Amino acid sequence: MWVQLEVFLQTLISGVLLGGLYALIGLGMTLILGVMKIINLTHGQLMMVAMYVAYWLFTLFHIDPYVSLLIAPPLLFLLGMFLQKTLINPVLRVESILPHNQVILTVGIGMVLQNLATIFFTSDYKSTPVDYATDAWYLSDYWKDAPFELSLSYPWTVSFLLAVGITTALWFFLAKTDTGKSIRATAQDRDAAALMGVNVGLMRVITFGLGSALVAAAGCLFIPIYYLFPSLGSQFTLIAFVITILGGLGSTMGAILGGLILGVFESMTATYVGMGWAPVGRFAIFVAALVFLPGGVASLLKRKAVTK
Amino acid sequence: MKRFAPLIVLAAMAVLPLLGLSSYVMHLLILVIMWSVSGMAWNLLGGYTGQVSFGHAAFFGLGAYCAGLASFHLNLSSWYGFPLSIPFVAATALVMGLIVLRLRGPYFVLATLALGEIMRITAENLTDLTQGNLGIMIQRTWVEKTGYYYVILGVAALTFWVVKLLAESRWGYYFVAIREDQDAAESLGINTTLYKTIALTVSAVITGFSGAFYMNYMGYIDPQVVFSLGDISILTIMVVMVGGVATYWGPVVGAVIMVLLAEVIRSLPYVGTAYQTLFGVLLIVIIIYLPNGLVGDRQTLARLFKKKGAAV
Repeated sequence: MWVQLEVFLQTLISGVLLGGLYALIGLGMTLILGVMKIINLTHGQLMMVAMYVAYWLFTLFHIDPYVSLLIAPPLLFLLGMFLQKTLINPVLRVESILPHNQVILTVGIGMVLQNLATIFFTSDYKSTPVDYATDAWYLSDYWKDAPFELSLSYPWTVSFLLAVGITTALWFFLAKTDTGKSIRATAQDRDAAALMGVNVGLMRVITFGLGSALVAAAGCLFIPIYYLFPSLGSQFTLIAFVITILGGLGSTMGAILGGLILGVFESMTATYVGMGWAPVGRFAIFVAALVFLPGGVASLLKRKAVTK
Repeated sequence: MKRFAPLIVLAAMAVLPLLGLSSYVMHLLILVIMWSVSGMAWNLLGGYTGQVSFGHAAFFGLGAYCAGLASFHLNLSSWYGFPLSIPFVAATALVMGLIVLRLRGPYFVLATLALGEIMRITAENLTDLTQGNLGIMIQRTWVEKTGYYYVILGVAALTFWVVKLLAESRWGYYFVAIREDQDAAESLGINTTLYKTIALTVSAVITGFSGAFYMNYMGYIDPQVVFSLGDISILTIMVVMVGGVATYWGPVVGAVIMVLLAEVIRSLPYVGTAYQTLFGVLLIVIIIYLPNGLVGDRQTLARLFKKKGAAV
């Protein structure tokens, strides 16, 4: 019985740790979706680019991946602003039959990024062998007669805590600063925001940059604990939109909860069903969300707020 | 004249193999026609009804697996894949349509994307049925390419006719009304979910045919190939985007360009590995400058060339 509890708790812990990182990925996606009303299907590829930045900083200059948290996100912020300004903004103005042109455009950008990464960095698996990769805290070190053993990996925990820190900083930025308020206003009602003197075009550019920077941060936090290869991007794009649907489109709180739910659910599927089925679990929860809760977790939160 | 254009093209295509073309040219022609079929099918849903699908590989692969498994497990001719694929593909499309097409916004895009991936992962993991990543190999019917050419030409002619018939019928106007303004369509009494589901189902079944043909023609499939996001789903979209959204000839033009481009780029030294980059750049350029494709924006194109001529 203790063994089962141990397995369950351990799975829960790794699920929550994974979920914290997922939340960061989902946050960037949901911000972009909220402000620009487009799905950014190149989100994972941007993360892949950031991971390569962190990887090369580590290999060439021995910069710790956590330190490149100060370098990669700003770079991706610029890349995101560049993509938005030169490619996506022009398309928003173009008259066309299909309303989803921007989405297809982001797919094109993603294809280019992924293919360029394959050409320049080959499709080999890469990783940053940090020397603390396998260190962990053990429950028995703190509680001698613990009936079961739990471990907490250093890099996972540090990544999780940093993710929480970044999320808090983002919340502060969105809630308290003028730029943050302008971004939220643009997300709520573009026309009204423009009438109130918000520079909507600038907010879009900043938001895309911010979303890219967030997913870049997630990339830097992922690389000490994960492998890196060019096609990793599409996998994380899928994860990002599952989180976004699960949380509710455009809701930041929803993205955080969605990330945590997905992280825990995936860990559980991997432990109790089998590793190969973890992606199926991911999509099962996605379909379930579409059928039973199309508004995502955010609609539940809202419902509660209304009845109060 | 314009009315007979499809018949003229069909007749010209029908006599083409009599010229004694090389096997490689025939291969390219078959690929062009196959992609035209997929493109026309996608166009019905994406172009006319305005529901962009990123997961047509799901239906393509399902059709291919129906043909492959019929031959592999049931000892039937793999050509039975065509009739067999209809119930499976239609059922998948119906279930998916009824779940997702009730919802507005980006849900459909995301759900189709997910469907393709679900199919791929399922086919990889159900090793008893599909042999997983080993794939399925069947005996091809003909060594010569001419037989395959006429089969796919027939499918293409049928598809063209069905799309034209639908687009010019009452349903076709419903489809376009849904694309242009869903609220207005709904308030005029159009059951939008129903008609979107119809468009999806027809589109899916035709794509399934394309997949069943692929199995027959290639003789080998595996989940990574037929459920591929980049090489099937996205390529289908590109065929339509490049050629022309919501036009009869757009997918055909797009298929010619994409197949030839892919062949040319892949045969070039050094550049070959970068073909996805070039495809991506082409897609970006098309969306920014010719958002309705070559056929859809031919007036813009004509004006562009005239201006250039005048300047010289």
